[in-house]
Amino acid sequence: MTEPVLSIRGLTVPLPRGADRANAIEGLSLDVAPGEIVCVVGESGSGKSVTASAVMGLLPPILTPSAGEILLQGENVLKVGAARLRRLRGSRMAMVFQEPMTALNPVLKVGAQIDEMLKAHSERLNAEARRARVLDLLADVHLPDPPSLARAYPHQLSGGQRQRVMIAMALANDPALIIADEPTTALDVTTQAQILKLLKELQARRDAGILFITHDFGVVSEIADRVVVMQKGRLVEEGSVDAVLTRPQHPYTQMLIAAVPKAEPPPPRPRQPPAAPILAVRDLTKTYGGRGLFGGGRAVTALDGVSFALQPGETLGIVGESGSGKSTLARCIARFVDPSAGHIRVGGDDIAHCTPRALRPYRRRIQMIFQDPYRSLNPRRTVGQAIIEGPMNYGLSREAALARAARLIDLVGLDAGALGRYPHEFSGGQRQRIAIARALAMEPDVLIADEAVSALDVSVQRQVLELLEDLRERLNLSILFITHDLRVAARLCDRLIVMLNGQIVEEGPTGSLFANPRHAYTQALFAAAPKMRAAETAEATG
Amino acid sequence: MTGSTAPSRLPARRPILPPALLNPGVLAGLAVLLVVGLAAVAAPYLWTGDPILLRPRLRLKPPFELAWLGTDAFGRDVWSRVVYGARVSLAIGFAVATASVLIGLVIGLVAGYLRRLDAVVMRIMDGIMAIPSILLAIAMVTLSGAGIGTVIVAIAIPEIPRVARLVRSVVLSVRSEPYVEAAIGAGTRLPMLLVRHVLPNTIAPLIVQGTYVCASAILTEAILSFLGAGIPTEIPSWGNIMAEGRQAFQIAPWVILFPGLCVAATVLAVNIIGDGLRDALDPRTARRLGALR
Repeated sequence: MTEPVLSIRGLTVPLPRGADRANAIEGLSLDVAPGEIVCVVGESGSGKSVTASAVMGLLPPILTPSAGEILLQGENVLKVGAARLRRLRGSRMAMVFQEPMTALNPVLKVGAQIDEMLKAHSERLNAEARRARVLDLLADVHLPDPPSLARAYPHQLSGGQRQRVMIAMALANDPALIIADEPTTALDVTTQAQILKLLKELQARRDAGILFITHDFGVVSEIADRVVVMQKGRLVEEGSVDAVLTRPQHPYTQMLIAAVPKAEPPPPRPRQPPAAPILAVRDLTKTYGGRGLFGGGRAVTALDGVSFALQPGETLGIVGESGSGKSTLARCIARFVDPSAGHIRVGGDDIAHCTPRALRPYRRRIQMIFQDPYRSLNPRRTVGQAIIEGPMNYGLSREAALARAARLIDLVGLDAGALGRYPHEFSGGQRQRIAIARALAMEPDVLIADEAVSALDVSVQRQVLELLEDLRERLNLSILFITHDLRVAARLCDRLIVMLNGQIVEEGPTGSLFANPRHAYTQALFAAAPKMRAAETAEATG
Repeated sequence: MTGSTAPSRLPARRPILPPALLNPGVLAGLAVLLVVGLAAVAAPYLWTGDPILLRPRLRLKPPFELAWLGTDAFGRDVWSRVVYGARVSLAIGFAVATASVLIGLVIGLVAGYLRRLDAVVMRIMDGIMAIPSILLAIAMVTLSGAGIGTVIVAIAIPEIPRVARLVRSVVLSVRSEPYVEAAIGAGTRLPMLLVRHVLPNTIAPLIVQGTYVCASAILTEAILSFLGAGIPTEIPSWGNIMAEGRQAFQIAPWVILFPGLCVAATVLAVNIIGDGLRDALDPRTARRLGALR
């Protein structure tokens, strides 16, 4: 067996006192061989990012490894000095970060940033040679027209292009080890598929070891040679990708794999007899900008003549990638932004253009669940205050509102003591339950869930989806479910709308849309979605 | 979503004062302010005489001969005058801070939330900011006569735009928070929305801004009085004590020295408290100082 490029032996990183556990990482050992992609999988707080930072020597001072060693080609990076560590970073190991926008310097041209990597580590290259190398690297990561791209600033590139630039920077000095920390999490599925393909190809060509950190088993199954599963700072399972995905041994791995929503819609729910739609949207258009002080400014059409109807008791999914206009649609319907043209009928009344005063009675009937449960609850107000605020605004007495809040908090699976506590005392999943209770307290006709489970770990995501399914049956809710994740949409939605560039490109019952996508974009979306090696995983649930 | 071990959870609510109090500079500042404040309140009991009693035969006596801090050109007791002067300086500092913070808060909230008024209101604020504050004060005092009230108004007006801008910027960043949208969705009316969900976010920066306004008001009052455009001479203030001591400065430096020291110490104390509060209340600097996590 060849010498591993990275060998972590018994690494322990203690957490400061007062944290929820003693160690961020405990007795972790793993190897990455040359030309191998090792995926570290785990949920938030599992210690996978701390592992990456420890290898790069980027841990904050309060996290200092207390035991173990990290050998990079035989050299212990925990023991070397700051100057040597700086030499190692970039030349022997390099990192690709999650957020390509924030990891690139916005005021430097892309070419200059790659050049900086070369300048820092390859003194023997002169300016001419470095310039040629920059163009080679940009071509290597399949960016179009390298000479003009090298002169572009990060904001002129798309997310996927930026991530390619990040990868080019990482490759600049031919490192032996590349650490990729959730490099595709912030990207759309079609872009994610391209980046994964690129990494796979580069690995085959360059023989670098890749430590790939992700929370997504779909990504694991696309890219990994070997998988390491972490839970609460400990390695719980390790093995080849086939072994772990098809025959997971540890209960945590089994639970994680089972929690991954499958891109197969369940059998359709019995349809209710057609009734008058509870929400009907016609020709809805929203244009941003174009009204500068002197009439200048570029107009952006976020929504372009969107029409659909939501039946009572139906769950309608709206899928699309970032920029497709799906969130603008939600915000227009909830009237957080004013639509430019078109109609929104709730019951029989058009609320698209009414004044705030006239809108007030309808506010109650459309409620929204937001994406980020850490920001959608006011940190200064207790859960009880958050839930009763709406009903009291509409004239319910405090006692009645509190009674309703107690009933709802129980309905979403929290205990009544939660009402007196503050949001920060709850986990992300619990907060999303609170947000659901808050929305339901208004007894709405339509519930809009805008990426409501996207920020959650898969196991928590599954619980929240189960809660929504359960509530939908019990309360006969009509839900507008907005998501970028086809797997989630497949699980919950009766009908799907696919959006692209502010328009609806395809619409239909979930089952038939999955079985037979007609529009080219829908087909591309399905092709790009990371797929589990699904057939065998069923036994894992047993 | 991310794999970081430090969850993006908000830190637990911390009490406002303890981290700030741990800073020795803030402790010293609070001590100085406390001493000056107590002296102002208890002025008649601090071995003071009548601060405006003229004693022509006892002119310009140096400290410790007849009076602790000597006498001025009219034979008035400098100690008594400085202690009574603390009343005026502190009153003006706190009154200006309170008035400008309250008015600026209302203007900032309205401008930040009601986008239609924003352009008009903020342009007016920009206009006020363009007027030099000392000149405005001199003009107002000239128009409406010297007096504590005029001086407070004159100093407070130029401070209002600074507070309003600060509040507006906080409001602009908070109004797009999902919890504010959730409250809109829950049918919360605008006044309640502002008080309940937006206002609490402005309090920490306002306390800090308030201390700076207070310090600068004490200083501006001293400058105005020194120029003869501030508090009338029959009410002793640190500024006009110094103004009157100006002519005798070379033979009797104590007349200027002691009120000058008082102004310097008080302004420094208030500024240090402001800095300490800013560091303690701003999560970014708090993290840098290691107070968080």
